[in-house]
Amino acid sequence: MSVDWSAFTPWQALSGGILIGFASVVLVLWNGRIAGISGILGGLLIRVDGDSGWRFAFILGLLAAPWLWAAVHRGSLPQSSFSPGSPWEWGQLVVGGLLVGFGTRLANGCTSGHGVCGLARFSPRSLVAVLIFMSAGVATVFMTRHVAGV
Amino acid sequence: MKLLTAFISGTLFGLGLILAGMTDPLKVLAFLDVTGRWDPSLALVMIGAIGCAAVGFAYAGKRRRTLPDDDLQLSTRREINAPLIVGSTLFGIGWGLAGYCPGPGVVGLWAGSLPAAVFVIALFFGLEAHAWYDQERRQDDADEAVADS
Repeated sequence: MSVDWSAFTPWQALSGGILIGFASVVLVLWNGRIAGISGILGGLLIRVDGDSGWRFAFILGLLAAPWLWAAVHRGSLPQSSFSPGSPWEWGQLVVGGLLVGFGTRLANGCTSGHGVCGLARFSPRSLVAVLIFMSAGVATVFMTRHVAGV
Repeated sequence: MKLLTAFISGTLFGLGLILAGMTDPLKVLAFLDVTGRWDPSLALVMIGAIGCAAVGFAYAGKRRRTLPDDDLQLSTRREINAPLIVGSTLFGIGWGLAGYCPGPGVVGLWAGSLPAAVFVIALFFGLEAHAWYDQERRQDDADEAVADS
């Protein structure tokens, strides 16, 4: 293991994390709900009367965030050099999306629901979920980057 | 009021993801790449988020009601079962393949990122596939219950 200190952004990471945590506190204290993105999205597909409004509002907030960010930062959105080129890389996005969608619903949570809210509530279910999806993610990146070599 | 607080929560959540760098799949993959050039930033995102949320959830748990005095809708499940394990494994594999989890995918969508759009479309097919699977499973359970009676 070698740590890439040049890529390490401790203060942004910590303050971004605190903002994420604060957002989930707002949602639980006013709406009584868990800020789990997969659950919020999934609940939109199985329509229950009177349960869709807050979900749409939360998603709209997520979508508004980059615009607010750009307004503060003189029109510039945070840039990534991420640009899939080969069909294989686009395929990874598609297969990845399918697995994330199905898997998070099967497990009742993703990085936000289990990873943030669940761990903050000391839920053993969430701890198991986080350990498993982190390990699976690490194993997958190891396979794609260091074994398959793409 | 509840729509407004949900909107504010979503906005803060999205800003947090952007500030933390989670909307960049390369940064997320660099965190998962522990045997390569490892970027530990996301561990601090988790520590910040969990630390802040733990205080709020402890307060919410003590109140047992929301500030507008409604029921809290929090999961009380504790069982560690096959769906939790299989689902988390599939999610982890997908996360490692795409570098996106659901939140950053949605945020990237409006920021006009084509990879995020491809991810989110696939994500919805995955969510829809589970909704279908869940319905079939319930139907099977119901059929069995009828056959047993």
